[in-house]
Amino acid sequence: MYRAKQCKWLMTLSALLFSSLFFSNLALAGWSDVNMTQGVTEISREVYDLHMFMFAVCVLIGIVVFGVMIVSMLLHRKSLGAQPANFHEHTGLEIFWTIVPIVILVVLAIPATSTLRAMYDAGDSDIDIEVRGFQWKWQYTYLNDNPGEEVKFISALKTPQEEIHNQANKREHYLLDVDNPLVIPINKRIRFLITSNDVIHAFWVPAFAVKKDAIPGFVHESWAVVEEPGIYRGQCAELCGKDHGFMPIVVRAVPQDEYDTWLAEKQEEARQVYETVGKQWTMAELMETGEQVYNQTCLTCHQANGQGIPPAFPSLVGQGLTVGPIENHIDIVLNGKSGTAMQAFGAQLNPAQIAAVVTYERNTWGNAMGDMVQPSKVNEMIQSGQ
Amino acid sequence: MPSEDTYESYYVPHNSMLPIFASLGIFLTVYGVGNMLNEAKAGIDSSFGMLVFLTGGLLLGGTLFAWFSKVIAENHAKMYSDQMNRSYVWGMSWFIFSEVMFFSAFFGALFYVRMFVVDWIGGEGDRGPSGMLWPDYTPAWPMLETPDPSRFPGPHEVMSPWGLPLINTVLLVTSSFTVTIAHHGIKEGNRQKLNLWLALTIALGVVFLFVQAYEYYHAYTELGLTLSSGIYGTTFFMLTGFHGAHVTLGTFMLAVMMGRALKGHFDAEDCFGFEAAAWYWHFVDVVWLGLFIFVYVLGG
Amino acid sequence: MSAVIEEHHDDHHHGPDKGILRWVFTTNHKDIGTLYLWFSFLMFLTGGCMAMVIRAELFQPGLQIVQPEFFNQMTTMHGLIMVFGAVMPAFVGLANWLVPMMIGAPDMALPRMNNYSFWILPFAFSMMLSSLFMEGGAPNFGWTFYAPLSTEYAPPSVTFFIFAVHLMGISSIMGSINVVVTILNLRAPGMRLMQMPLFVWTWLITAYLLIAVMPVLAGVVTMMLMDIHFGTAFFSAGGGGDPVLFQHVFWFFGHPEVYIMILPAFGVVSAIIPTFARKRLFGYDSMVYATASIAFLSFIVWAHHMFTVGIPIAGELYFMYATMLIAVPTGVKVFNWVATMWRGSMSFETPMLFAIAFVILFTIGGFSGLMLAIVPADFQYHDTYFVVAHFHYVLVPGSVFSIMAAAYYWLPKWTGNMYDESLGKTHFWLSFIGVNVTFFPQHFVGLAGMPRRIPDYALQFADYNMISSMGAFLFGFSQLLFLFIVIKCIRGGKKATSQVWEGAHGLEWTIPSPAPYHTFSTPPEDLREAHG
Ligand code: HEA
Ligand code: HEA
Ligand code: HEC
Ligand code: CUA
Ligand SMILES: [Cu+2]
Repeated sequence: MYRAKQCKWLMTLSALLFSSLFFSNLALAGWSDVNMTQGVTEISREVYDLHMFMFAVCVLIGIVVFGVMIVSMLLHRKSLGAQPANFHEHTGLEIFWTIVPIVILVVLAIPATSTLRAMYDAGDSDIDIEVRGFQWKWQYTYLNDNPGEEVKFISALKTPQEEIHNQANKREHYLLDVDNPLVIPINKRIRFLITSNDVIHAFWVPAFAVKKDAIPGFVHESWAVVEEPGIYRGQCAELCGKDHGFMPIVVRAVPQDEYDTWLAEKQEEARQVYETVGKQWTMAELMETGEQVYNQTCLTCHQANGQGIPPAFPSLVGQGLTVGPIENHIDIVLNGKSGTAMQAFGAQLNPAQIAAVVTYERNTWGNAMGDMVQPSKVNEMIQSGQ
Repeated sequence: MPSEDTYESYYVPHNSMLPIFASLGIFLTVYGVGNMLNEAKAGIDSSFGMLVFLTGGLLLGGTLFAWFSKVIAENHAKMYSDQMNRSYVWGMSWFIFSEVMFFSAFFGALFYVRMFVVDWIGGEGDRGPSGMLWPDYTPAWPMLETPDPSRFPGPHEVMSPWGLPLINTVLLVTSSFTVTIAHHGIKEGNRQKLNLWLALTIALGVVFLFVQAYEYYHAYTELGLTLSSGIYGTTFFMLTGFHGAHVTLGTFMLAVMMGRALKGHFDAEDCFGFEAAAWYWHFVDVVWLGLFIFVYVLGG
Repeated sequence: MSAVIEEHHDDHHHGPDKGILRWVFTTNHKDIGTLYLWFSFLMFLTGGCMAMVIRAELFQPGLQIVQPEFFNQMTTMHGLIMVFGAVMPAFVGLANWLVPMMIGAPDMALPRMNNYSFWILPFAFSMMLSSLFMEGGAPNFGWTFYAPLSTEYAPPSVTFFIFAVHLMGISSIMGSINVVVTILNLRAPGMRLMQMPLFVWTWLITAYLLIAVMPVLAGVVTMMLMDIHFGTAFFSAGGGGDPVLFQHVFWFFGHPEVYIMILPAFGVVSAIIPTFARKRLFGYDSMVYATASIAFLSFIVWAHHMFTVGIPIAGELYFMYATMLIAVPTGVKVFNWVATMWRGSMSFETPMLFAIAFVILFTIGGFSGLMLAIVPADFQYHDTYFVVAHFHYVLVPGSVFSIMAAAYYWLPKWTGNMYDESLGKTHFWLSFIGVNVTFFPQHFVGLAGMPRRIPDYALQFADYNMISSMGAFLFGFSQLLFLFIVIKCIRGGKKATSQVWEGAHGLEWTIPSPAPYHTFSTPPEDLREAHG
């Protein structure tokens, strides 16, 4: 009786196994949220095909191997009176099941090699974009021989804290939305020059089959030719500290003319910023801009109330540099402190923004230094190489 | 393959208090060092770390002393069979193998940096146009100018192999011969030969250490070559430093053997303690030859 | 001196000390094996509780239970504790219990050092766990602790983490030296190497791997220590170093490490399947060669964990081909197990159930490993839950199932009592279902694009994460049943015979159950039983 029950169990088990293999196969062919994306580049489709091919091979081998096991579990059981056979070695068989896998592996290696070669074949690019990882946001620079026209901006998570902390409903693209997406034209060869300012990050856009680590001090290349306009979302794919889960990548691929308009607009903006740095700012203007910058850039670490999360992230209220000599305060924001999470924001913010945020920090949360910084002063400090 | 008669008397020791004290000792030692380092880094002035470290160090040292004394005593009491001794032989050999692997990690780091990284940072080779981040840097080895001199000020000069390092090579290679002669002394039952040549070996080891200490002094004060002078200084001091630490340990082991020899230990049949120390010494010597070639001659 | 001699005299005739001191001072391989096994089980529960925190946080999108800083600490500590605290010590415990009994040796070759190897571990892990309460929190940079996140950007507790790793390394190296020396030097007279049970073979090779790579791990953490406290430039480009150097050295250790966690499991399964198939192991010789080939290959494939760091194409191709090759000897092992079962006379007691589940689920994990080895595809898989699914398939229903199989298989020998078979079977089925419900859906979310090591995720991953978390709670709770079964078995039960299992072969089955405190004080004469 007991044995019979066990037999049933085994049947169920094998049925389960087979059906799970079978269904997952079906599922993988159809549903995009359980399978790798096919993507929108030639390379990404090749990768997808490679993935499906390998998967099929594994399923087949699985069916054979597990099939033999299950048959023998069903038939060769003591409860059915099976007598053990005597064989325990067979050189021919051993050779056979060494050779067959090798052959299968060679068959897998051939398409893998050719796809990899295609990926590494960088060719001449149409647009070069430097992608720089920061804790915990991305900076994109459209490399341009004329430094005045260089478009450069930071792209950070847009999802509000309330959604993350379950105080508001999570909207579409939760955690996958940024303030300034990367914009690229379709059908152009875009070269990404990937690096990092602090720890290792990884730039990953599944739809392009591009994943490359951003390593401080080194630059690595990757490229993509996107064939369809659309919005493609990815994430940082290397543990980079506290907010690793909160540094998404959004790429907007647009037709060439739309791209041109966008770029022209951005270049105009850059010129404007350049001009504002020259003018005299009022305290109110500085405080307003300062608050914006703070909330966008500094809040993750130093928190909304300026109290930070000691000891990792110090408080800016009533102590330290914020209430000390103003030069030191500007200096740490401009140049950061190496070896800590406090980065050199001179690379990300323009002088007006830095002047504003420093002014803001000195005159809020009960800090009442009463002084302010003009962008020109910050610019001076930059020029003098401080 | 073990043979019938030796197996019979394999010595399984009685319960022992030594291991638990050694565990506690080694734990306190590293816990103390950890506290010292963190206190120093945070600028806290406290002697807690030091206190724990000293306690642990003494406990560990004392326990190991008791442990080795006990093994020697057991050996003298003829409680060990040949097979038991073979266990020690095997044990020591595998220990030396693990040390070899430890050094390979650092040699590997040196080769990797020299052969690849320097060029990559300079913008050459296969790992992308990293040079764009370091426009002022030109790749060269030895690396006198680091990519970021404000954080890692490079050395003015590096160590020439043909001065002190050559002397040290001669010292160490000679010492490998002298220790072998001392071993022959044991085999021949010539105690005077043993004592003399062993003493000479130890002296060579000590002189080596002094020369190296002087070399370091020279590097720090005159060449600007320090641990933090970039990757050249890093690999130089880590490799030679760990080697120096091993020479120190080896010298200490030989000194213990000297003490035992003077007490009349060792004879042609029974001298594994001595042999273990000698093997270790040869190992240290071979590592030095690697260092001399790859760090000093080819690296300088 | 005379005192020593007296001690020697009562050696073989006397049993253990009484009370707690028996465990602290013991030099007996069986006591030490027991210590290792209990310690590893404790660590398994600790690491498992951390996994439960992870799974509870990931039950739904949004931050519910823990903050991201703490989540990262949980992931890191979970990985470290499971690898270094649970799986490795469990296998060392099995080696301690079984190797001397299988080769007819009186004890381990260096018994006092054996005790030392064990007792370092509780200190090391206390130090590591205590970092959870330190200022700045515990290590939060993943079990792979990539620089510079683990150096310049690490919390102060990293110093203690480094020293804890040093201690574990010392313990493992001494433990492995002991195993190697015991096997090479203490076999019963007449026992040839090619006559040793496979468990002994796999451990010989594992111990060799350990002695080769633990010092490299010690080296890499030493480099970190120097970078953190002494201004060296190993991992800073500014000084001419390279963060990727860290990864090369780490994975030169790390890849062999994963085979360290699976080879002894192969040995266990190779002991159990023949017993319950009542048929000799198929292809003994090829099993030995396959194990050795896997060990050899494991040294030359490390960069398959680093395909996305920007290795030159020649390197990528080489590491891809070399990695794929590992499927060949591993396949040989799987086929040999299947051939052993073929036309046997099988019965399905708990150890056999775990062993069969091992073969199937490990193979599934191996398949996903092979997919990861294909570089272009790995660009999509790397650092996603697909990798998490891969390694949990090889580690949980792989290594951990084999450890449980071993526990059920040898418990009667260790305790003298049979465990409760129907509870055992319940434990198996709960675990089997739990493990698959937990880790199978992780393939899907990984492929769909969910990165690993994140405390919160986009909405499209919600369903499968919830399923996975429920599976994890089921699997977790089932392990309490295991604890209960083991304790029950120690306290009593049907008395076991010496042979215990009808089809069992091997020297350990020739001695009474429970195995007496000292076995093989004189070598066994009849070696016909030696290998299965
Ligand atoms: C017990 C532990 C264990 C074992 C045994 C394995 C086995 C294998 N692993 Fe796995 N692996 C890990 C533990 C393990 N792994 C861990 C912990 C990580 C992640 C580390 C981290 O980043 O945190 C990892 C990550 C990992 C990666 C990196 C993924 C990434 O980060 O991008 C890769 C890539 O190649 C890989 C490959 C393989 C391969 C090819 C095998 C092979 O050995 C598998 C061979 C087995 C089979 C193939 C099945 C049986 C064979 C047959 C039935 C024969 C016929 C088959 C064919 C011809 C296909 N593993
Ligand atoms: C041998 C190794 C091993 C083992 C056994 C396990 C076991 C488990 N692991 Fe883990 N895991 C790793 C090795 C291992 N893991 C590694 C190396 C990583 C990578 C870390 C990194 O990224 O750095 C990882 C990462 C990892 C992640 C990814 C985390 C991330 O990327 O952020 C997840 C998520 O689901 C996970 C889950 C689990 C679960 C649910 C179990 C379960 O099997 C555990 C079950 C056990 C118990 C639950 C304990 C026993 C039960 C009790 C004590 C009763 C109380 C129980 C309840 C309250 C339910 N593990
Ligand atoms: C990624 C985390 C992070 C972000 C973002 C960040 N900081 Fe900091 N900040 C730090 C850390 C860490 C320190 C402590 C550095 C040290 O150890 O001295 C710090 C220190 C400071 C200090 C000096 C405090 C003192 O008294 O010593 C100031 C001022 C400061 N930050 C301002 C800013 C401003 C302005 C911004 C935004 C433009 C900002 N920080 C963004 C992490 C951050
Ligand atoms: Cu940036 Cu993860
Ligand atoms: Cu690997």
